[in-house]
Amino acid sequence: MTRKIDVALNVNGRNHTIQVEARKTLVDAIREDCGLTGTNIGCEHGVCGTCTILLDGEPVRSCLMFAVQAGGARIETVESLAVDGTLNDLQQCFVDNHALQCGYCTPGFLMLITGALEKNPDISDDEIIDLLSSNLCRCTGYRNIVTAVQEYRSVRQSKAG
Amino acid sequence: MKPARFEYHAPTELDDSLKLLAEHAQDECRILAGGQSLVPMMALRLAFPEHLVDINRIDALNIIEERSEGLYVGALKRHDDFAAPVTVNPLGALLATVQQNIAHYPIRKRGTMCGSLAHADPASEWCLVAATLGGHMDIRSAAGERTLAAEDFFAGVMTTNIEAVEMLAGVTLPLLSEDTGFGFYEFNRRAGDFGMAICLAVVRCENQVVTEARIGVGGAEPHPRRLNDAEAVLLGRRFEPSTIAEAAEVASRAIDPFEDPEVPTDYRRDLVATAVKRALLQAAASMI
Repeated sequence: MTRKIDVALNVNGRNHTIQVEARKTLVDAIREDCGLTGTNIGCEHGVCGTCTILLDGEPVRSCLMFAVQAGGARIETVESLAVDGTLNDLQQCFVDNHALQCGYCTPGFLMLITGALEKNPDISDDEIIDLLSSNLCRCTGYRNIVTAVQEYRSVRQSKAG
Repeated sequence: MKPARFEYHAPTELDDSLKLLAEHAQDECRILAGGQSLVPMMALRLAFPEHLVDINRIDALNIIEERSEGLYVGALKRHDDFAAPVTVNPLGALLATVQQNIAHYPIRKRGTMCGSLAHADPASEWCLVAATLGGHMDIRSAAGERTLAAEDFFAGVMTTNIEAVEMLAGVTLPLLSEDTGFGFYEFNRRAGDFGMAICLAVVRCENQVVTEARIGVGGAEPHPRRLNDAEAVLLGRRFEPSTIAEAAEVASRAIDPFEDPEVPTDYRRDLVATAVKRALLQAAASMI
């Protein structure tokens, strides 16, 4: 039963052909088989949101999917955000607003916010708080993350507008 | 925190998934749809199926249709698919309101309505909707198909009357009259947690007198159900705060609350009274 299955994962625009057991979660495959360790693993049962990635543009928990399910999908991780070492607008808003301390939860928050604001660029303050309740942060707390998202919303709107 | 080994199947046809179920039913074979409950249970080794039938590639299950008997929702429709009303019938607004209370945004992107029904968590919002409105389960197996009413489907905590060789292919939810008012209230300690008392109230009035009332309560008992005694309080009377308070009081006595060291039964009864009252007040406000 240790049969390995061939899976073609498209992560951040690059194809990775990997061989995994069916039980391997997507986050483990992204980290161990694709070598992209930016996505962190927290609770491994869907509570903390640390492993949030974008699957075909939608934020999902990558610990609650098996890698074999993700063949053919477009996966984006935190490594897709900065370009040539320059932080993108959302990352810069996090830095400017001290929205992280230890940074462990940050990749999950960044992908959650990236996916949600792509769908809802004019997200309200109440919706931001509801959205962020999805992920856990144990050091900074949430106030600064909320502020960072508000600023990112403005930056995004002014660029669009 | 790693799931036990299993054999993975990803059919693209419904018939093939039913054949796989028939073939492996005796070896603990489970359907994988959104995976937002099953995969955590596998990670915690509370579940260790030997076979997983992933239905995500079966396009025929990714449907939603208004039919004469109601709104048919296929097994691949996810919570977030109801975020915008799926029908102009008041049922669309009801489902949109309810889905906001299910877990969190990324969970709603993956988890499915039928998966929640089959998982039958006592605090499942969709189970409450099916029980309150009188949903009908479309159950398939290689041997044929049958329909079960919600009241005959839910059997206990995370237990349904579905057989090992069967799968829930869809659910039919009845459409509502245009003059229907509804209210939904869920109490939990943190956003997205399992509700400790949840109420869905669906009411119709003529000349401000209640002609039809459905009061469903979830999160307090092994599975959600309608509270007929509380509904009876409203029938034939004016839909106003004093009658609503009386119905809420009856509801809190009508339930047989879970024994839970963290939530004493008296507290749970109080929560149910509050949830029922607030859901009914919302329903009343929606009818003005």
